[in-house]
Amino acid sequence: MSFFSFGQSAEIDVVLTDAETRKKAEHKTEDGKKDKYFLFYDGETVSGKINVTLKNPRKRLEHQGIKIEFVGQIELYYDRGNHHEFVSLVKDLARPGELTQSQTFDFEFTHVEKPYETYTGQNVKLRYFLRATVSRRLNDISKEMDIVVHTLSTYPELNSSIKMEVGIEDCLHIEFEYNKSKYHLKDVIVGKIYFLLVRIKIKHMEIDIIKRETTGTGPSVYHENDTIAKYEIMDGAPVRGESIPIRLFLAGYEMTPTMRDINKKFSVRYYLNLVLIDEEERRYFKQQEITLWRKGDVVRKSMSSQATIGAQRFEGSASSESALEKEELREDCR
Amino acid sequence: MSDPTVADTRRLNSKPQDLTDAYGPPSNFLEIDVYDPQTTGVGRNRFTTYEVRMQTNLPIFKLKDSVVRRRYSDFEWLKNELERDSKIVVPPLPGKALKRQLPFRGDEGIFEDSFIEERRVGLEQFINRLAGHPLAQNERCLHMFLQDESIDRNYIPGKV
Repeated sequence: MSFFSFGQSAEIDVVLTDAETRKKAEHKTEDGKKDKYFLFYDGETVSGKINVTLKNPRKRLEHQGIKIEFVGQIELYYDRGNHHEFVSLVKDLARPGELTQSQTFDFEFTHVEKPYETYTGQNVKLRYFLRATVSRRLNDISKEMDIVVHTLSTYPELNSSIKMEVGIEDCLHIEFEYNKSKYHLKDVIVGKIYFLLVRIKIKHMEIDIIKRETTGTGPSVYHENDTIAKYEIMDGAPVRGESIPIRLFLAGYEMTPTMRDINKKFSVRYYLNLVLIDEEERRYFKQQEITLWRKGDVVRKSMSSQATIGAQRFEGSASSESALEKEELREDCR
Repeated sequence: MSDPTVADTRRLNSKPQDLTDAYGPPSNFLEIDVYDPQTTGVGRNRFTTYEVRMQTNLPIFKLKDSVVRRRYSDFEWLKNELERDSKIVVPPLPGKALKRQLPFRGDEGIFEDSFIEERRVGLEQFINRLAGHPLAQNERCLHMFLQDESIDRNYIPGKV
């Protein structure tokens, strides 16, 4: 950082307490590269230590204070200067003074609120990071460590199907149905298209998933549409009474949960676009919004309590798997 | 409600299709043939007409089988009417071939057989693409072009 190191400098290293055990999640950065970051959820404590290593071990390092911050911020690409911080926590680690040797400082941000999911999009990004700073008169020394936050939801109580009759008067009438209105990221869209009237020459039909990122407010709202998937569901000309099934597995596509009006700065919404194409390449389409949500990984004990009880009856079967399940059931009964 | 660990991907229930619907004639039958080019007139007043035959079962067309004679400028008229009155993007017509109408050519110009055939094919593609457009089917000019014996250039434009 400083070529003018007449004085002393240092390197900062941020290490999480649970670096060995904490899961990492892949996240695509602004330049398209995929990297792995530590994964956190809302309410989890963020703790660890920072190692300040003096570049020149024999000299002292004078500083105006050492601190660590936990920041959650939204950055709009067209307004890079302004970072909108929605989470900002700080812990002072050392008062102004001097370091005579390399030192380690512990920190803990207890039960940190992380209300939104990490997102890197076309015109906006939301990120969480730790930033350790050694303040100095001329130039600070700092180190940032990005983390990824996922927002989890549980199965929605109300999840009605989407069923609608649409068409062009006297030309084309269809009834489309999708089995749910809210899908989790590894879900399957099951549906059908029923033809009531076909007076045009249809060549094929496809279903597209469109992601719409909306940034800005009021008069300067900007929508960025991106077709995430195109999936042909019918090849050929249908007639009245024909029913075409839809089965679209979402796990194969890179999608995020639906984000509505995040901190009043941006939204990310998903739409199913049903497209019929006729023999002259004319396109007839119907767009329908769906809500995407992120399901937490299923914990074995809640899912397999039935299987565990069954395993207990066959005490003789000494498979390690059933032993593990018995262990977990005992945990539940405490 | 128990959380399923594997999604239910069974098809949704649907009504069985009526066999007369499945095997009967489709409701979208529309075929237009442009054929039998005839050159009439003499000298500088010669022009070529084509027979335009439409067969359809679409209820919006009054006649299910109609035959009319049209020349290139009639097709141009139709294109202009639709570009002005409707919101559709009208397909392109085959070229006007002005160069072929200049004097001192070695060949028959626009009455050359190969050129007439090329034009016939282009006109047939044009009219089929247009007549199949749901918005074009609402315009009076299209119906007059396809099913009235002659085109009344003083007609009142409008929707059917």
